[in-house]
Amino acid sequence: MDRMPKWADVILTPLLSLLLAFAISALVIVAIGESPVEALKVMVEGALGSSYGWGFTLYYATNFIFTGLAVTVAYHAGLFNIGGEGQAAMGGLGVALVLLAVPWPHWALALPAAMVGAAVFGALWALIPAWLQAKRGSHIVITTIMFNFIAAALLNYMLVNVLRPVGSMDPASASFAASTHLPKISDMALAFGITWGKNTPANVSFFVAVIACLLVWLLIWRSRLGFEIRALGKSERGAVYAGISPVKITVIAMLISGGLAGLMAINNVMGEAERLVLNAVEGAGFIGIAVALMGRNHPVGVLLAALLFGFLYQGGGELALWTSVPRELIVVIQALVILFTGALDNMVRIPLERIFAALRRKGKA
Amino acid sequence: MMDFPTILQILDSAVRLMTPLLLACLAGLYSERAGVFDIGLEGKMLMAAFTAASVAYATNSAWLGLCAGILGALAMSMIHGLAAITFRGNQLISGVAINFLASGLTVLLGQKIFGLAGRTPSLQGPARFGEITLPFVDALRPVPIIGPIYAELISGHSILVYVAFAMVPLTWWVLYRTRFGLRLRAVGENPASVDTAGVSVARMRFAAVAICGVLCGIAGAYLATGISAGFVKEMTAGRGFIALAALIFAKWRPWSALGATFLFGLLEALANRFPNLDLGIVTVPSMFMSALPYILTVVILAGFVGRAVPPRAGGEPYVKER
Repeated sequence: MDRMPKWADVILTPLLSLLLAFAISALVIVAIGESPVEALKVMVEGALGSSYGWGFTLYYATNFIFTGLAVTVAYHAGLFNIGGEGQAAMGGLGVALVLLAVPWPHWALALPAAMVGAAVFGALWALIPAWLQAKRGSHIVITTIMFNFIAAALLNYMLVNVLRPVGSMDPASASFAASTHLPKISDMALAFGITWGKNTPANVSFFVAVIACLLVWLLIWRSRLGFEIRALGKSERGAVYAGISPVKITVIAMLISGGLAGLMAINNVMGEAERLVLNAVEGAGFIGIAVALMGRNHPVGVLLAALLFGFLYQGGGELALWTSVPRELIVVIQALVILFTGALDNMVRIPLERIFAALRRKGKA
Repeated sequence: MMDFPTILQILDSAVRLMTPLLLACLAGLYSERAGVFDIGLEGKMLMAAFTAASVAYATNSAWLGLCAGILGALAMSMIHGLAAITFRGNQLISGVAINFLASGLTVLLGQKIFGLAGRTPSLQGPARFGEITLPFVDALRPVPIIGPIYAELISGHSILVYVAFAMVPLTWWVLYRTRFGLRLRAVGENPASVDTAGVSVARMRFAAVAICGVLCGIAGAYLATGISAGFVKEMTAGRGFIALAALIFAKWRPWSALGATFLFGLLEALANRFPNLDLGIVTVPSMFMSALPYILTVVILAGFVGRAVPPRAGGEPYVKER
């Protein structure tokens, strides 16, 4: 069968899949007796209608950029890293240990150190599944799922038995020193005399996330390592023939992937909660899957998809606040996006290919 | 340190806790043996628990609830089949989507229907599966050892527990002693050979995925109308993933599935009974007990203690040669 033009493959197919997902989401809203138009209005108003809304939207988006990039890097190596949730949780542990161990005089010093802690812990949590996949052929999807649960148990233990301050009943670490608190975007805007997003959690991590997008793009498409990663992802036999070690690249790709997922912790743990709490990741690791799928595993796509999910998250919260639609609507939308852009994309692709083939034949005739 | 009645109580609790695991594990076994990976067991069970509890509440009948549970899980199965078989999509991604779909839809619909923040009203009387007392319990009770084991451990469970245990030999028989089972296993190992023999690969895989839905449906119904008295948000609590772990632990074999789910059920029962298990030298925190099924599965997957090899064609959509 004739191939489609590139724009149809890269833009049209995912866009149509996305439209289908949203159309069915609208039907779900109708089914529970609400108006999709009204719901969308509340969401847009709540998430994008004010700088306050944007402050939350950008905060959520920052999380999703990191976890989306994590899935993306692994995807290019032909690996499905479903363990972003556990890796991000471990990243939080890394951040907490770094920030509690040293009396940091200033956030500008604490941030790089926390990033190292977050990335190293996240990467280490991906190392064992990566090594098992590369050396022993253990399916990485299953091992990373298992590691999510093991991370949750480990974190629970650390918070209850080790990091919990004496006398506190809360399973949470002590608060980080005020000197390590990251500047919020609202503070930065205020320095320029602009009042923007007062009392919102969006912080300087957002810019780190955007830089991470650029770096991942450079890595995947402009570096030797990226070429080797993509070569492995396309064909393991071809990669071996080209002298690329699958074991080495699998492990390196997963370390980078886990490190990116771990980095999310500078946003939610260091930037927002300013201490480590139980279940700090709140599913962002899994949303990374939806974000990467929707963003077609390209950093620009990931950035846009993360913003969209940030909007959905904040909008969904507003929806739950002002209407009778529960927050879980977002989970349904997320599921439909994953389903249609990730698993059912042939449902759109096959008819499209037929249409393009028919058009081409007509053109020739 | 533990007397006989305590051990019996723990084993009894293990049997209750392993039942949903066993059903879901066998469900995954059919699907994966036919070459369709299923990480959506959790979502199917959750959906089944919700539909079972809702219908059991509305009709005041646990049996109608069970039927609804099966239908709920089947609906999820068909989505998985559509994505994985018909449209040859990524089976793992489809599984992830199904887990989220169930997690969101159950709360959304529950809130709409009952308005109790995702719960169903609590079930009473015939809306739940009660405990069955097996015959001769009283006659046998005075017999030492065997009497209490029969009365406490074997008797006194809901009918679905016995169904689950009966499914083990039945599954073994279907897989290894029937033509359907032979074809099902062949579809998972070498679909082209089955195709050459004139059997539809897609139809076989859909059949397997449907059986998977039915068993997940029973598992979910047991959770909501057997163990508990109604549906609670996220009530499966990772059981679908423990069942998945048990499936790998059992190396995709029915009798081993029984052993693996019993082991994992026992771990949960022990963790419930002894939040901090004191072994004299070290105290094992409950978190470690709850993580143990996953750790054991990773060890098994690593292949240091007996290798777990999945069905060869698992996870790959079948494309007919032209």
